Amino acid sequence: MNDETRDRLARVLGPAGPEVSCETCFEMLDSYVELERVGADAEAAVPGMRAHLVGCPACAEDHEALHALLEVEG
Amino acid sequence: MLIPAASVAPVTAAPPAPGFPDADSETWVAALGGAAGPARDAAVARLHALLLRAARFELRRRGTRVDVDDLATQAADDALLAILAKLHTYRGQSRFTTWAYKFALLEAAVKARRRAWQGREVALDDDGWALVAERGHGPGADAETAELLRAVQHAIATVLTPHQRAVLVALTLRGVPIDVLAERLGTTRGALYKTLHDARRKLRAHLALQGLHPVEGDTL
Repeated sequence: MNDETRDRLARVLGPAGPEVSCETCFEMLDSYVELERVGADAEAAVPGMRAHLVGCPACAEDHEALHALLEVEG
Repeated sequence: MLIPAASVAPVTAAPPAPGFPDADSETWVAALGGAAGPARDAAVARLHALLLRAARFELRRRGTRVDVDDLATQAADDALLAILAKLHTYRGQSRFTTWAYKFALLEAAVKARRRAWQGREVALDDDGWALVAERGHGPGADAETAELLRAVQHAIATVLTPHQRAVLVALTLRGVPIDVLAERLGTTRGALYKTLHDARRKLRAHLALQGLHPVEGDTL
């Protein structure tokens, strides 16, 4: 299976494991990112967050944006 | 191999990060939640400036070139309103500024996506499932992949409701941003993702019944 097909199937089928909702993702995003920044086990604190970030491109962009902003704003 | 069906996980409260809430966060909450007057007005103005900076940062990061100041101001305004309305929900599990930033980043991203799709047609047909196999089902595809793609196509066409099919096709095969689709359908990101999630769960369960597994050993 080539990468393009694999990516397309991943988009269609989404993550296999349990995941949080978009609402929970937004609610927990700030604490999740701060835990990641200090090297703590953020996924243990918010089970299902990682899977949601894989399955939801918009929430993944919010996650990436907060990391990027905190890199420059501290 | 059985594929575990996706489901919404029970979420336990995250423990506060070490050292939080800090003194600065407490100062923010006290000032914003205080009685109306010059001190609160100053805190609101300071917060708006912070949100505006965050919104501009996100728009620049996304490569937005048109109406940046206008979009950033709208994003900061909307984020400020949301923050003041939800101030009581801030639980001190992160710094206050981190908590506030996420509102500005969300608003900026949503506005940028919608602006980018302004005037563009969003196809809401439910027959775009054929795109699953486009380019991946040619002569170069191995037999196992071809079988899997046919099964996924068939499942999309037969297992999903028309609404689930239209949402899944638009979001995952036609690349329509979820916030754009939500605006066109008069719904929310969360509601649309729930529809997508349910559709994905149905597809995975259907494939599992046939003994098919998308990709071994990865997050699929």
